[in-house]
Amino acid sequence: MSDAIFMRFRQPSVLPGFGLTLGFTLAYLSGIVLIPLAALILKSAGLGWADIWRIATDARTLAALRLSFGASFIAASINAVFGLLLAWVLVRYSFPGRRLVDAMIDLPFALPTAVAGIALTALYAPNGWIGQLLAPLGLKVAYTPIGIVIALTFISLPFIVRTVEPVLRDLDREIEEAAATLGASRGQTLLRVLLPSLMPAILTGYALALARSIGEYGSVIFIAGNIPYVSEIAPLLIVIRLEEFNYAGATAIAALMLAISFTMLLVINLIQTWNRRRFGHGS
Amino acid sequence: MDIRIEELSKQFGRYPAVENVSLHIRSGELVALLGPSGSGKTTLLRLIAGLEQPTGGRILFGDEDASRKSVQERNVGFVFQHYALFKHMSVADNIGFGLRVRPRAQRPRRADIRARAAELLDLVQLPGYGDRFPAQLSGGQRQRVALARALAIEPRVLLLDEPFGALDAKVRKDLRRWLRELHDKTGHTTVFVTHDQEEAIELADRVVVLNKGVIEQVGTPDEIYDAPASPFVHGFIGEASSLPVTLSNREVWLEDRWTGLRCNGTGEALLFFRPNAVDVVEECTGCIAGVVVGSRRVADRKRVEIEIGKGRHRIEIDLPADRSAAERHRIAFRPTNWHIYPSAVGRVAPARALVDA
Amino acid sequence: MAVETMTLFTSPVSPPRRLRSATSEAPEIKVVLTTIALLFVAIFLLLPLAAVFVEAFRGGIAAYLSAITEPDALTAIRLTLTVAAIAVFCNLVFGVAAAWAIAKFEFKGKSLLTTLIDLPFSVSPVISGLVYVLLFGAQGYLGPWLGERGVQIVFAIPGIVLATIFVTFPFVARELIPLMQEQGTAEEEAALSLGANGWQTFVFVTLPNVKWALLYGVLLCNARAMGEFGAVAVISGKIRGVTNTMPLHVEILYNEYAFSAAFAVASLLALLSLVTLAVKTFLEWRFADGIAVGRSH
Repeated sequence: MSDAIFMRFRQPSVLPGFGLTLGFTLAYLSGIVLIPLAALILKSAGLGWADIWRIATDARTLAALRLSFGASFIAASINAVFGLLLAWVLVRYSFPGRRLVDAMIDLPFALPTAVAGIALTALYAPNGWIGQLLAPLGLKVAYTPIGIVIALTFISLPFIVRTVEPVLRDLDREIEEAAATLGASRGQTLLRVLLPSLMPAILTGYALALARSIGEYGSVIFIAGNIPYVSEIAPLLIVIRLEEFNYAGATAIAALMLAISFTMLLVINLIQTWNRRRFGHGS
Repeated sequence: MDIRIEELSKQFGRYPAVENVSLHIRSGELVALLGPSGSGKTTLLRLIAGLEQPTGGRILFGDEDASRKSVQERNVGFVFQHYALFKHMSVADNIGFGLRVRPRAQRPRRADIRARAAELLDLVQLPGYGDRFPAQLSGGQRQRVALARALAIEPRVLLLDEPFGALDAKVRKDLRRWLRELHDKTGHTTVFVTHDQEEAIELADRVVVLNKGVIEQVGTPDEIYDAPASPFVHGFIGEASSLPVTLSNREVWLEDRWTGLRCNGTGEALLFFRPNAVDVVEECTGCIAGVVVGSRRVADRKRVEIEIGKGRHRIEIDLPADRSAAERHRIAFRPTNWHIYPSAVGRVAPARALVDA
Repeated sequence: MAVETMTLFTSPVSPPRRLRSATSEAPEIKVVLTTIALLFVAIFLLLPLAAVFVEAFRGGIAAYLSAITEPDALTAIRLTLTVAAIAVFCNLVFGVAAAWAIAKFEFKGKSLLTTLIDLPFSVSPVISGLVYVLLFGAQGYLGPWLGERGVQIVFAIPGIVLATIFVTFPFVARELIPLMQEQGTAEEEAALSLGANGWQTFVFVTLPNVKWALLYGVLLCNARAMGEFGAVAVISGKIRGVTNTMPLHVEILYNEYAFSAAFAVASLLALLSLVTLAVKTFLEWRFADGIAVGRSH
């Protein structure tokens, strides 16, 4: 009886260890990820809608969320442009040190965010290498929202490069040649043939960069200045609420951000599904 | 070791891959499982190996019920379609693997495993290849290593899944002959899967023709070729032409014309014959006649396409290469070796034709 | 044609080219695009990295050495190494188990499971720490019960380990799953047909086939585990000399205006990330087939 149900649940296989490994996977996933996240959801559900609404529409929370999202969108957009350019240059052109540059792209993934944070602050502070060049122009970067954008640009830089690169590399050279034989100029080929094929990858990278930026904490808090209503990001507000032992406040903001992140994840998956269906390959 | 398959069935979800198959494979026999893709031949082979579990029926190795045993316990030599050689192991380690993983008490000494591998490499005519890696071998060599690896465990039966499928035509021919010789030398009960009828007929002692999970016919290559048991087998093995006919008064009629053939039964039926088994006749009172619509050279014969009865049927027959067969010419012939099968819509019809009158 | 030959020898940037092809840009455009791209990399990636090392040695070698050998720094280093070792080991075991179940078997809900495994990547590090505070903190769901039994998780090492496991959760699994899916089950079936048991099949056949991908996943997992800041900051309580990991130690020093010391410890982490990148690049270059294709972070 149970055997029959089991058979329907999975296709039979001669390989052993399915029960053991799946059981362990589910137990570990539940223990480490699902149950703790459920605790967060449970806690915020316990607050009631009125409380969540009050906390979410609190002026300081709103300012923090607006800043987190605004800065993330700007950073992701900067990276969409430069990431595409970098991917293009790395895949299509050869120049000395190309391999090194390619390896360096992943630095923001490998460098601890706190290290990135203090390094960027040192660079963009009014007496820093870049900061002192900008100061005479009246441009203040560190301890302002611009600094936040810089930090987020740094940490989300690899996403678009790394999603576009493999697609660009696999792109059949023949479609460009076909466009050329049909009389398209190089510019038209890029704009009408290549860009549309890269779009799903760009969107996926954009969404990943956005998701990462919105949640980012370590690299931002050093450079941001953390002035409430001005340069205070949402994750920092969670930490502040937590340090005030205001668990309800922290939970409500966290739940909001989590909901947004999951929506983002859904969007990424939809893009990829749509992409697979339309072009026959994922990005 | 003889293998007895009793009412074996295998379903994948709702899809029946093998349905109620019974088969007896005799000890030392070389048997081909032949069929188009999706006919269930590979599934049947994997069921014998224990790589799949049947949903019904059982498999006996000798007197012992193998279907209750795991793949490890069955002690079968399985050669995979794409060889499944362990890429990270040398050829010798690949061959010795089955001995190396035995429980300590039965495990041969390291040197013995090494020696056994060398011996098998000699057998498969790859002496001195032990230290190479699979990536350094050609397709045909990989195939032979896979075979040596399967033989190393002294299997009770040898199972090969499309053993020549991934090889080019020349290598395929050589390996085919070589496998036959090897089989005659070692005497293993051997079952192989193929979709290539020529391969099955040339190599096997007996051929099992499968279609849609069901056995259509089991027989020697001669029986399969000369006395196909169903329209499917006739069409699948060798060249075949077919015409819908009517049986009445022990005579075979094509529309309103007697074909010159006699056969028991009544009603709608299908006439099958091979293009090379016909007599061309000049004057006919009982024959099949039509208009030549095309011809092409096939080896040492001329294959002529003929339209019969206002273009509704087209069949092919072979003529000597030097015989003229201009288009629009009328031509008459009578099959010398032919078969009548119940047509799909026919109700009553004989299973087997009488010999030509 | 003479001009063309000239470019071949003088231009270090564009590849040798024959007639201008229909599918490439004019050389000037190539130079301009490459320059912009390299400038972007220099400003956004190289300068911050350089800044770390320059600032670290601003006070001289002696100050640098004393900053990284001072007792609190050593405790932080030891804690970071311990936490990373535990987290990497746990996620390694999990990654292998999950990849075996997902890549080698067909079952319902597989894609949902794969999505759930990637979930921690889309959760803010701060939230990753917060969920454990809510679960195990003094006012959390399980905190009081555990407190009575003398088990402390929040503001203690177990909490740091848990938060680190959470943020590095998918690394090993996501490297193994696509590769093992691509490799299929034929070699495992061959091993079984030759009489190997499940464990032998795994050790002799599956593991050697995925070892580079495994190493790759462990490498990335380790880099993130050692460098994690947000999640650990929330849960550690930042008790100096007790629950301070290296990144947290950097923060404390920085906030105390001990800039050189902060950068000195940071330089160790930066060095770790450089080594990680070097090994990663080497693996990608040397064992491209051994690690999954079409990876995206």
